[in-house]
Amino acid sequence: MEQTLNVTLTVNGAQVTRNVPARQHLVDFLREELGLTGSHIGCEHGVCGACTIRVDGEIVRGCLMLAVQADGCRVDTIEGLSDSKELEKLQKAFHEKNALQCGFCTPGMLMAAQDLVRQGKKISREQIRNHISGNYCRCTGYQAIVDAIEEVING
Amino acid sequence: MKAPSFAYAKPRSLAQAFELLGRPGAKILAGGQSLIPSLNLRLSSPELLVDITGIAGLSKIEILNGAVRIGALCTHSQLEKSEDVRKHLPLIAEAVAHIAHPAIRNRGTLGGSLALADPAAELPACALALDAVLIISTKKGERRVSAADFFKGLFETDLEPGEILAGAEFPKADKSVFLELTRRQGDYAIVGLAGVTRSAQKRIAFFGVGAKPVLVKPGSLEEAKSALPMPSADLYHTASTKLHLARVLLERAWNRL
Repeated sequence: MEQTLNVTLTVNGAQVTRNVPARQHLVDFLREELGLTGSHIGCEHGVCGACTIRVDGEIVRGCLMLAVQADGCRVDTIEGLSDSKELEKLQKAFHEKNALQCGFCTPGMLMAAQDLVRQGKKISREQIRNHISGNYCRCTGYQAIVDAIEEVING
Repeated sequence: MKAPSFAYAKPRSLAQAFELLGRPGAKILAGGQSLIPSLNLRLSSPELLVDITGIAGLSKIEILNGAVRIGALCTHSQLEKSEDVRKHLPLIAEAVAHIAHPAIRNRGTLGGSLALADPAAELPACALALDAVLIISTKKGERRVSAADFFKGLFETDLEPGEILAGAEFPKADKSVFLELTRRQGDYAIVGLAGVTRSAQKRIAFFGVGAKPVLVKPGSLEEAKSALPMPSADLYHTASTKLHLARVLLERAWNRL
């Protein structure tokens, strides 16, 4: 018999309680239990960053955290940060610069980029590339993505 | 892929943790940044995960006389942001920036990295170079093991089943340098070194060169170059390429020590 546990967490500002299997990771929980499909599942072993979310204010890999580990935590996803308009500038810049490539990595890219924006310091393109290196997937060269992030951070 | 089925428990004390770890197939979960990928890839199939992050007192950074004691549950981000670490253990401060990516450093822990003993990992090499003492909690109390005795082989350490790595004491050094070669920021090291000078003695630990970090205590650069054993090849680099690159790093590091 698979063990299930009750978890209570705050997702995008709303408290939710669910009974989850011990082995379910946080992104599966968000997608399947709560219907929040903005956080993508790519590699499921921490390499691609498409599942980047915020837990207690810090970005994490959603696939490398169990839903039970998020008990009592505040979780923010791409949906929450879009609705609150926190990502508005980045989203506009991504749109204008066509910084999408195939688009699968975009939610994770925005979450990782916003982590950098929040630090409030001007930075070099190389530092931007280093920061988003955990979100590299496969396609093209991330040039337009770096352009968009640079515009938001450095103006 | 999805992880195989397992049970989960989150003890609130070491005593509870020891009791849970006595059960069959129990495994410690801390930050999970190496364990959860291996579960998702089905390389590991524990019956019970014992999440030790609810145990108080394992995430402190304390300044001791001539050393810094770091709790096993300190995350890499915590180490990266700590003024005390930057001031007293610049080697560690430099090293943690090379560990994976910010989202992973926010969860991955010092204890997890040391206890896993990945041959390409940064912190085991730092522990070896600094001559750190690892503090292990056991049912009977605490025992202390030097880094040189702790790392035994490929993913193999001195930890016995049921024991918990509580933290480590890192003695300060006079000078230090950390260098790592990767294809991209955050990738596994092709080869790297953690070097310190203490009382005019250089101690240089290489990682990514074999089953475990390799320490040399050379008197001269030439001696250091010849003391380095032939590395093992990996999927992308031959042994001689790695040896060459390790020597390049050694030359870069030498005058900074």
